[in-house]
Amino acid sequence: MTATVERVGFFTDTSVCIGCKACEVACKEWNAIPEDGMELTGMSYDNTQGLGASTWRHVAFIEQSKPVVPKTHQGRHQGEHQHQGDGSRNPQSEGAEDDADVFALAAQGSGSSELRWLMSSDVCKHCTHAACLDVCPTGSLFRTEFGTVVVQEDICNGCGYCVPACPYGVIEQRPDDGRAFKCTLCYDRLGESQTPACAKACPTESIQYGPLDELRERAAARVEELHRAGVPDARLYGHDPDDGVGGDGAFFLLLDEPEVYGLPPDPVVTTRDLPAMWKQAGAAALTLLGGLAAAFATSGKPKTTRSPFARRRL
Amino acid sequence: MTTAPLNGGKRRRKRRGEQTVVPDAEFTSYYGKPILNTPEWKPLNIGGYFFLGGLAGAGSLLAAGATATQRPVMARSMKITSTVAIAGSAAALIHDLGKPARFANMLRVLKPTSPMSVGSWLLAAYGPLAGAAAISDMTGVLPRAGHTATAGAALLGPAVATYTAVLASDTATPAWHDGYRELPFVFAGSATAAAAGTALLTAPLRENRPARHAALFGAALEAAATHRMESRLGMVAETYREGLAGRLMRSAKVLTAAGALAGAATGGRNRGLAALSGAALLAGSVCTRLGVFHAGRATLADPKYTVVPQRERLRAREAAQSTPATDHAPPTDPT
Repeated sequence: MTATVERVGFFTDTSVCIGCKACEVACKEWNAIPEDGMELTGMSYDNTQGLGASTWRHVAFIEQSKPVVPKTHQGRHQGEHQHQGDGSRNPQSEGAEDDADVFALAAQGSGSSELRWLMSSDVCKHCTHAACLDVCPTGSLFRTEFGTVVVQEDICNGCGYCVPACPYGVIEQRPDDGRAFKCTLCYDRLGESQTPACAKACPTESIQYGPLDELRERAAARVEELHRAGVPDARLYGHDPDDGVGGDGAFFLLLDEPEVYGLPPDPVVTTRDLPAMWKQAGAAALTLLGGLAAAFATSGKPKTTRSPFARRRL
Repeated sequence: MTTAPLNGGKRRRKRRGEQTVVPDAEFTSYYGKPILNTPEWKPLNIGGYFFLGGLAGAGSLLAAGATATQRPVMARSMKITSTVAIAGSAAALIHDLGKPARFANMLRVLKPTSPMSVGSWLLAAYGPLAGAAAISDMTGVLPRAGHTATAGAALLGPAVATYTAVLASDTATPAWHDGYRELPFVFAGSATAAAAGTALLTAPLRENRPARHAALFGAALEAAATHRMESRLGMVAETYREGLAGRLMRSAKVLTAAGALAGAATGGRNRGLAALSGAALLAGSVCTRLGVFHAGRATLADPKYTVVPQRERLRAREAAQSTPATDHAPPTDPT
């Protein structure tokens, strides 16, 4: 990896995500990604379902009967996350929606709602140790000068090996095409010193783009701020350079366990164990060699001299 | 996707996607959606690629052994088998790419971190050797070169038979990755059983003794490695026991054991029974490869197999870090 410029990435602060999906739309538009299904899932407002070949930003919606701010902290200054509690009360007066459960929950309690609605915009993590890149047999996946991971579509041969290699379930093959596609962190825009489309479109700065070191500092400060404001659930995900993938180029501030958002709790780059795997395969190959040598050694010579052909020839 | 959001309630490990027979796998997921993506791999292409590669690799060893010990019929049949099998294995892989011309990019670079790249080069080296050995044997042309090719193919054969296990393991697929210690031995055993089965099918009685011994060895190796893998995999092992993968793995066990034992008992006296046990061994090997493939698929499709082992790993790490004096140790599983 030869980063000639500063490594850049995303910090997605899900505590200020409002679920507008501007990032999804901007990504689709800028990268000219084809449509990949128009179904209504019933999964809150999420009809995109997950990252894939033609979904490079995905906004997750999670409905929980749990206050954003625990009871013990209510009444104190709550910072900018307050809008979530207020926002869920507002539709009640309109009465237009037909989600009784939500309203019932929202109506409970006086200070803050018992309902919380988590939203999070997921994206390729651009891992420091990227399994997709490691296992790609063609060199189609490569590390850019910005430290990001990009697929070269003219080299990808559609083997699909990167797909199960990704510990986050990001990269995927397009069914009609067979080749693999994923977020490029807008490689074309970075070359022109432009902000990636999703970050540019985000109205709340939930998606922040910039040099990774700077983002990590900003994220640490934000978590502290949220903890002070009484949101003990706030935690960073993918920020640690010592984690199983060497840290993510795109990391997150989450308000619950990663798996709640569909993220793996402890992802590990599969190639970390590759030397051990080759060693095991070598041992198995030697076992095979030894076993078959033994099979011949214990069988002696065939009875060719006594075969009818041999006799006839004499 | 009809299930309600699974994310309500308390923070640590609670509800799960759907009811299963295993009650201890409590975990949280995003609407039961898989965390990992599944490749567009066709079971017959990839299962066939595994099976044929194994058959070819172990077959070249039998061919070399048979050549060295003057078993000409077995030698020739195994050389031909290996050539046809490796061609079929490559064809299955190429077919799975969608467009055959794309295969050329496989040989664009040699990447040690990619078992598929290493495997492609291995096939590129092994294929011509196996082919040369077969052609020389059949035509009698260049016997010296034929012997060299036979030896070369036998040298690469064990690698051809086992690298596909690394290929599968080197992914985030829990059933494959977590079994990386045993999977090469499972594949080596299965490959031996398949090659020995072909030898029993094609070689005359007076030549087939090493094949009978090899079948016993392969069946024993596969059974032992599979058993060890399943006992070490924890909850992920259930994907090798349930559903389609479970049926395939059980069929493999029965077919391989029956083929090896029947071959050993009667294959030296009865040509028909030798052929029958050979066919059973081949079928068993096909079932093993397809079973492993489908077990991997099952672990990709259910977030349980991603979340639960990773949670356990995290808890173990936390426990190790805060061993002596922490009253805030993670709660033990209620089940």
